[in-house]
Amino acid sequence: MIELRDVHKRFGSHEVLKGISASVEKSEVVCIIGPSGSGKSTILRCINGLESYEAGDILVEGARVERDARSIVAIREQVSMVFQRFNLFPHRTALENVVEGPIYVKHEPRAEALERGRALLAQVGLAEKADAHPAQLSGGQQQRVAIARALAMQPKAILFDEPTSALDPELVGDVLSVMRKLADDGMTMVVVTHEMGFARDVADRVLFIDGGVIVEQGAAKSVLNQPQHARTQDFLRRVLHPL
Amino acid sequence: MQKFLGDAAEFLPILLQGVGLTILVTLGSLLLSTILGLVWALLRVSGLRALSLLSAGLINVIRGIPIIVLLFYLYFVMPDFGVTLTALQAAILGLGIAYSAYQAENFRAGIEAIDKGQIEAAQTIGMGWWLTMRRVVLPQAVKIVLPPYGNIMIMLLKDSSQASTITVAELALQGKLIASSTFKNTSVFTLVALMYLTMSIPLILLVRHFENKANQR
Repeated sequence: MIELRDVHKRFGSHEVLKGISASVEKSEVVCIIGPSGSGKSTILRCINGLESYEAGDILVEGARVERDARSIVAIREQVSMVFQRFNLFPHRTALENVVEGPIYVKHEPRAEALERGRALLAQVGLAEKADAHPAQLSGGQQQRVAIARALAMQPKAILFDEPTSALDPELVGDVLSVMRKLADDGMTMVVVTHEMGFARDVADRVLFIDGGVIVEQGAAKSVLNQPQHARTQDFLRRVLHPL
Repeated sequence: MQKFLGDAAEFLPILLQGVGLTILVTLGSLLLSTILGLVWALLRVSGLRALSLLSAGLINVIRGIPIIVLLFYLYFVMPDFGVTLTALQAAILGLGIAYSAYQAENFRAGIEAIDKGQIEAAQTIGMGWWLTMRRVVLPQAVKIVLPPYGNIMIMLLKDSSQASTITVAELALQGKLIASSTFKNTSVFTLVALMYLTMSIPLILLVRHFENKANQR
């Protein structure tokens, strides 16, 4: 459902993506791992048009992602995104954050949207926090609201950009378990992460990216347990055994 | 003191007529400058280079011309081009245009203070530029913009006295007229100053209220 063909992207003279080709099937969970600055997040940001790309094609359900076109809104309604820093709207409550898209973008009837919004908050374990503002929530709670907000758009896929990297360690588990539940329910997910345990247990496939190219990809367990490429081996050794 | 109170009782009714015009000029140009300033600011942050440059250029031109020259231009020069304005219209238009530059810079600062991540989040749930502005950016920017906005109101109230240069009989001009016919400069201008101060005090309190509210967040 998401396909990248030889995608190139540069920031000024620095080429961040040097020909990325990959595809994500429906209901598949793909984790993107790699050192920081390797272009992992840029891939996600290109998929839903937060960044432009210079060459190649990105297709979502067959439609080319073109940042300036009106079609980008249609693509964003199908592909939601969850950010490292949550990016909730601080002037609105948890519930208002969740129903903002359904009411103002999709023009759903207010009562229906609110009812579904409450159900989504319950699904991420925050039913009782509906009226809290983001500042009153912990990072983990905020990120779960952000996931509910993404789900509220009834997307066909969700992109997660390091969803647990800004969280205190003891809050990571709550967010990961919500994501695991989504994966079990058949949501198509692309997850940039440093959580190797999550990648091994939940992902169908793992892409290892370094220096703007896909160095290695394959079934999650084989890439993480028996990496073939020296750079993958080196990266995993440093992530799994930092001391 | 006795003499001052006597003068005050005598001149106050005339000066109060001036106060009416002062308030009219201030409110009129406040409204105009707010609308224009918002337009300039939105052009500036539109993300379209041509509009952004146009707005920046306009703001600099407006900022670079003294208010008094702008007023002379509207009142004395525009008739040569077939546009005749009453003194009151010219005053409101001139002050409105002059202050739109300050309003625009204030609004722009407020808009740009909003975290880019929130704008991206709005985009990823399918919001277009205008919806993002209306639902995400502007409601938050208002809180940031209000204290400086209050200061602009105070400055505008005082600068409305410049309308006297194009014959608008507001408070300053009324004062000047009375003073030059009675030679009671001290009484008259003390009264005028006190009346401006009286009008400023509610605004000063309003600014303080805005600041307290902004700090509460």
